[in-house]
Amino acid sequence: MAQAEENMRFHEIFHIEGGDFTNAGAISSRVKKILKEAGFPGQIILRTSIATFEAEMNVICYANQGSLSLFIAPNFLKVVVEDEGTGISDVNLAMKEGYSTADDRVRELGFGAGMGLSNIRRNTDEMVLTSRLGRGTHLEFVISLEGADRSVPLLSSGG
Amino acid sequence: MKLREIRDILTAEVITADANLEKEIKYGFAADLISDVLALGRVTGVQTLLITGIIHPQVIHASNIFDLGAIIFVRGKRPVEATLQLAIENQIPLLVTPYIMYETCGRLYQHGIKPSIARVKNGPG
Repeated sequence: MAQAEENMRFHEIFHIEGGDFTNAGAISSRVKKILKEAGFPGQIILRTSIATFEAEMNVICYANQGSLSLFIAPNFLKVVVEDEGTGISDVNLAMKEGYSTADDRVRELGFGAGMGLSNIRRNTDEMVLTSRLGRGTHLEFVISLEGADRSVPLLSSGG
Repeated sequence: MKLREIRDILTAEVITADANLEKEIKYGFAADLISDVLALGRVTGVQTLLITGIIHPQVIHASNIFDLGAIIFVRGKRPVEATLQLAIENQIPLLVTPYIMYETCGRLYQHGIKPSIARVKNGPG
């Protein structure tokens, strides 16, 4: 990893304001634009954008503020999301599909189905989540650029 | 099916100026949760119509991620101004239909619009 980081081609940090639902998704849109302009394959852009959107929403829904850093290395993309907020009391429980602590306001806006973290895991190759209750949460995920077209959709296509 | 035909079937109003009504739509996906769009809406992209009651700007950001073809708001719901502006910037056509979600989906299905995903793989049965 140390060697890879020396080869880092791109690094950008975005600030996320907790509770700012009006701009929810704006950072993911910017990340998607950066990756599109850099010429990454569609599946890589899609997976990174979905995971980034979910992570961004988690900060907006549950934290006071946070940051999202995008790293582009020759062999992988890495996103680090750090926030100051309530934190997560049980990380394993939070990873379970359908588990959610979202309040009514969050649910009214169409979020809080308890699918976010598992959707991040599904779309990434590595994911690490740590949290301190009352302090904040640290999330990192990596999307490998080797064998970029090997992504296996979990869901069957329609028809 | 062209977006123009979808507009007619659903007696919908196109609310984004200069929307491309010749756009071809083959698939539909209905959800009132952004979480579901993000978890399930990933398969068919540009030829997909999102059927929803979510009128906030994040519905445009989510649609943008999947390069969705168009969005139709059900139950006569009209999006807030920020949503409209963002849709115009991103060239995503927006429509409003007076029909409820069930009727909207039923009419589209009857006219051959397929689901973008028919069922989840890891569900029961």
